[in-house]
Amino acid sequence: MGRLLKYLRLDKFPTVWCAGCGVGIVMGCIIRVVDKLKVNPDKVVIVSGIGCSGRMPGYLDFNTLHTTHGRALVFATGLKLAKPSLEIIVVMGDGDALAIGGNHLIHAARRNVNLTSIIINNWIYGMTGGQYSPATPRGAFATTAPYGNLEPPFEVPELVRGSGASYVARGTVYHTRQLDRLIERGMRKEGFGLVEVLSPCPVGFGRRNQMKSAIAMMRWQKDRAVSLKRASKMNEEELKDKIITGVLFEREAPEYTQEYERLMSRVKTRKEIGKREIQTGLGEIHEE
Amino acid sequence: MEKPALISGNEAVAYGALAAGVRFFAGYPITPSSEIAETLSELLPRMGGKFVQMEDELASMGAIVGASLAGVNSMTATSGPGFSLMQENIGFAFMTEVPCVIVNVQRGGPSTGLPTKPSQGDVMQTRWGTHGGCNTIALCPWSVRETFDLTIDCVNLANRYRLPVVLLLDEVIAHMREKVVLPSFGGVKKVQRKKPTCLPQEYLPYEITEDDIPPMADFGEGYRYHVTGLTHDPTGFPTSNAKEIDQLVRRLYGKIERYRDEITRIEEEYLADAQILVFAYGSVSRSAISAVKEARARGIKAGLLRPVSIWPFPDKHISRLADQLKAIIVAEMNLGQMIGEVRRASCERVKILGVTRVDGELITPDEILTAIQEVS
Amino acid sequence: MKNKETLIEKMHWLTFGPISIYEPWCKGCGICVEFCPKDVLILGEDGKLVVRDVHSCTECGLCEIRCPDFAIVIEE
Repeated sequence: MGRLLKYLRLDKFPTVWCAGCGVGIVMGCIIRVVDKLKVNPDKVVIVSGIGCSGRMPGYLDFNTLHTTHGRALVFATGLKLAKPSLEIIVVMGDGDALAIGGNHLIHAARRNVNLTSIIINNWIYGMTGGQYSPATPRGAFATTAPYGNLEPPFEVPELVRGSGASYVARGTVYHTRQLDRLIERGMRKEGFGLVEVLSPCPVGFGRRNQMKSAIAMMRWQKDRAVSLKRASKMNEEELKDKIITGVLFEREAPEYTQEYERLMSRVKTRKEIGKREIQTGLGEIHEE
Repeated sequence: MEKPALISGNEAVAYGALAAGVRFFAGYPITPSSEIAETLSELLPRMGGKFVQMEDELASMGAIVGASLAGVNSMTATSGPGFSLMQENIGFAFMTEVPCVIVNVQRGGPSTGLPTKPSQGDVMQTRWGTHGGCNTIALCPWSVRETFDLTIDCVNLANRYRLPVVLLLDEVIAHMREKVVLPSFGGVKKVQRKKPTCLPQEYLPYEITEDDIPPMADFGEGYRYHVTGLTHDPTGFPTSNAKEIDQLVRRLYGKIERYRDEITRIEEEYLADAQILVFAYGSVSRSAISAVKEARARGIKAGLLRPVSIWPFPDKHISRLADQLKAIIVAEMNLGQMIGEVRRASCERVKILGVTRVDGELITPDEILTAIQEVS
Repeated sequence: MKNKETLIEKMHWLTFGPISIYEPWCKGCGICVEFCPKDVLILGEDGKLVVRDVHSCTECGLCEIRCPDFAIVIEE
């Protein structure tokens, strides 16, 4: 029954998430891609921060790390550098990745470490009860924006692209098959890859914003999402209020762990013994 | 090998780390600790290790915990302002029992304070800095050579007890150059982490073991387990069961208490017949020993107690000495942090006098000598 | 994790043709019902997923991949 069940920690189910929460859909995408790419589960690491998305690693039977708020990418950077053979997927929420973790996000992208990161963007802080986040649309209501949100949201793909990532994509949980492909391509890509996923939070966001159910929110995704290909044939007026999805940006750029490995072999083979080796006998360890 | 070298305390940290098997360093530039990062950025890649300069200290601390989970001995170095930022993930390392070493080269404070001058203002932050009530191990050297040795000890203690361990320097020790003869690195004792021997499906990452230290598997070697900063049960998964939480938190805190005698280290000079004890640590103990010798020359029975392990605090030693002494002088470059511990451990059965400075200048032997004469 | 095979065996999946449902995990969000192209599924009185018309099922699998709770499997 269900060849994907083997990737789940079955005794932890059902999940903690509210009915209709999109985090579980993204989790399904991840295990389908891991299965398709035949990655050894012993080598897979799922790293998360804090929030609803932060609880995902607990349900997945890989090496799983539930870190502090906003810091998932820095733990992942340490893991990847220390053991490049690991296949690391970083799962973050919008408040997690863009507010408290915003600095880490841009620097992880700039450093271009081979990580696949996913921002599950539900436009709200769900776990803490529906406060507005840096992704909440202007004018939307939240428990800390009772008169409507005054702040504009981040344009996430532009932010991450401008920071230097190798791969930037956007999808929705409604367009699940496309999302599988976007995550797969991110995992195949050498370098920092980011997939922004629009995901419903009917309880924290929808209720206060005329979308009472996950169904209504997914309908919104269905109506608003336009693939990059289709968008290229649409004019500005037609694209108003639309969300462009698909592979938004891709480039070849030096990947940090590989660059570092190259650096290591370059400086290891240096013939001359440096001052420090003479001072301390480090040459001796060097010989080991 | 075993040739004399003229190196600074910060270089000694870097060499000690390499000798102890540290192969991952993540850090953020900050005076007066930057030479540690600079030295390791040069040497780590030559020795098969990784160095990365992160975007801030929050990131540095997170990265070393990540690297340590991959099975690599990891370290970061900083000074007070950065140490404040690291507290969050130091707590995470404590909660998740991930071994790592944090070097804090103390500078003047509060806030940005005095970047290029020494201080000992972070002693209490080291003990109580992170929220939720952690316990800690911190070592505090007084010479360049001891800095090398204690760096190795910090790595070993972290691996032995599965903890973040702090090496607490001050700016003087970090930037002072001394002639040292370093030991053969090959002969340095390295404590390996206790590894699981069971089958992966039987592995309990936070098992309640007889020694209170659960075996630790590396990510990627087949033991797929969960690590979380939430209160967790022996399987590693979140729990809100009162009994399991109690068991976890008491074990985390208690494993230092349980091994307190094994960890606690002091050095003493002229203590056997001493009536006046000077309690000093780090660079201040260098002035203190001069003052003690001068006092002896003047016929005053003074002695020095220097805590090598500043945390856990040497309660037993102070308590034992309290009845034999006439007075204790606590000299420190803050407005009285360790003095409170001395009062507590001695139950104030003895007169206690503080000698303090917070102006970025060293406490001189004369200042301590004056205090010794005052109480003698 | 211990005895995963045993756990899988212990799960009582309700099977209707190609559709299998694991009721204990269904939270009744209705996503599968709403977006099924053939109206195969409905929510029952208890708010949980019920197969209404198994013969219309084209095995497209959309319900399985959109279920946030892993409560539906379409047998390949």
